[in-house]
Amino acid sequence: MSASPELSGSGWPIVARKEFADHVRSTRFLVLFGLVALAGLAAVHAATGTIRDAAQQTSGGPSVFLFLFTLSKNRLPSFHEFLGFLGPLLGIAFGFDAINSERSSRTLSRLVAQPVHRDEIVNGKFAAGMGAIGLAVGCVVCLVSGYGIVRLGLVPTAGDVARIVAYVVVLVAYIALWYGVALLASILARRAATAALAALALWLVLTLFGGVISGAIADAVHPVGSAATSADVLANARLDQRIHRISPDELYQEATQVLLDPEARSTDVVTSPSRLDQAIPGELGLRESVSLASWQILVLLGGVAALFAADYLIFMGQEVRA
Amino acid sequence: MTVSSATPAIETRGLVKHYGSVVAVDHLDLRIAPGEVFGLLGPNGAGKTTTILMLLGLTEPTAGTVRVCGLDPRHQALDVKRLVGYLPDDVGFYDDLTAIENLTYTARLNRLDRATADRRIAELLGEVDLTDAGDRRVGTFSRGMRQRLGLADALVKDPAVLVLDEPTVNIDPEGVRELLTLVRSLSIERGMTILLSSHLLHQVEQVCDRIGIFVAGRLRACGPIAKLAAGVEAVWTIEVGIEGDEGLGGLALQSIDGVTRVERTAGRWIVAADRDVRGEIAGVVVQRGWTVTHLQRLGADLDAIYHRYFEEATDVRVA
Repeated sequence: MSASPELSGSGWPIVARKEFADHVRSTRFLVLFGLVALAGLAAVHAATGTIRDAAQQTSGGPSVFLFLFTLSKNRLPSFHEFLGFLGPLLGIAFGFDAINSERSSRTLSRLVAQPVHRDEIVNGKFAAGMGAIGLAVGCVVCLVSGYGIVRLGLVPTAGDVARIVAYVVVLVAYIALWYGVALLASILARRAATAALAALALWLVLTLFGGVISGAIADAVHPVGSAATSADVLANARLDQRIHRISPDELYQEATQVLLDPEARSTDVVTSPSRLDQAIPGELGLRESVSLASWQILVLLGGVAALFAADYLIFMGQEVRA
Repeated sequence: MTVSSATPAIETRGLVKHYGSVVAVDHLDLRIAPGEVFGLLGPNGAGKTTTILMLLGLTEPTAGTVRVCGLDPRHQALDVKRLVGYLPDDVGFYDDLTAIENLTYTARLNRLDRATADRRIAELLGEVDLTDAGDRRVGTFSRGMRQRLGLADALVKDPAVLVLDEPTVNIDPEGVRELLTLVRSLSIERGMTILLSSHLLHQVEQVCDRIGIFVAGRLRACGPIAKLAAGVEAVWTIEVGIEGDEGLGGLALQSIDGVTRVERTAGRWIVAADRDVRGEIAGVVVQRGWTVTHLQRLGADLDAIYHRYFEEATDVRVA
């Protein structure tokens, strides 16, 4: 009988390496990368004039470079708005068939019969998906930055670069959240199409109708009629925003606004006048901006962790046989 | 780690598995010695795959214990999976990867170093006759090729125990013959313990040292095939082709002592007997001045064996 050598190292990097290679070689990756790159460049290109004007007005300001990501022209969304929209699609597109394709191609029983823990399979797939998405997003951000440097002659300061890095972290966490949702759908639904539809439906509900639903609830609790006082309007708007924060999209937008705009002082739609009065005009440091958005960032990261835990708890409990 | 020969390669005691109210496996006691080739035989849905999944620690038993090379698959899952090569029924591969890439992934998951993996994969592809297809995408493979690749995949980790779930399904008779020859040589040359499940007794009987008849979650009989067959009425099924008998061959065959049943299908006689009566058949035919055009044993009559053990209320055990 043969002797078994000691198993060295954990299994998830092996799974991740194979999955990552599959991702970057896939047509899916090329198509999505092309889409995001095109959207990013289109947004920046369209906003060129606006960015030039803004740069002249605030000439010398350290945050001019960030206009690349935040300014938009007319109805075309800005770069960060575009990614707020495309990010979930990226996450869902990479994750919706992660587990159920292994079932339908009958590779799952062979895979789980190898000496790896089941959570390592989920971990490896998660890491690979995030790696591929991070690669795509990182490349596009570099592409847009390059465009700004070459075409607009803007030069980023160290502070700008730090803010962009912080923004990319939030963006990746935001996409990871949707990747986690898609992974969960791929574990629960036997068919990839069902999983994709379920994840997309959740995204649409939260993104498109999130605002409508939170608005309706806020109106019911704090009605804003013709006789409404400013306190009522304020209460209504606050409740609206609080409920709306269930949507990852809202969290991403709020965090991004603060991180990419050193002059932003609050993530709330409504800031009490007393606080604004006290505010001294000027720019915040990255540390202050991060602490302003810390709540949003923590909820995003917590959501990723919770989904991730749910993913493998459910996967561990499942029968291998369909 | 070494496993002493006193430790059974596979041992289950009082193994039970319920799926809701369905009893898939009912108090299974099984002991397979190292180096043995054991055939788990039973109709579809008898609980064979469930048993195999419990051996690998892929499904939790409801009750009872499992030991594979002395290890408990529930608590030492990784060690067991390192020792056991598994070919699932209807095996699947990553269709976009080549045969070599698929096997390399398995080798990596088993923590084989690059050089060992490359060498072993090349050897195994040779053994299953897929050397020329190594760099082809598995998506282009036929079912028979997939099955052979599946066997190579199960062997990549150089297992002590090989578990094959319905390995002969979906492949042509020639493929079955080659596969079984390979199984036999693995047992003889490498001393590998092999557990194979099948619902086709006549396909696997030649390679198995012992078989277990598994019906509705229970092991009805267990032992070498000859001894199991001894307890059964009709164990020999012989196909006979006779020329010049003008339809009278059936009566003549029926008169032979030991023949229990004679049927005519597709121009040939199918004779069921409780012993080897091929000599008498030839004698009878020649005596009447007819010609034997065909005389072949089809194997033990599985239906008869199943039927026999199905009917039994109590388990039959042959040492």
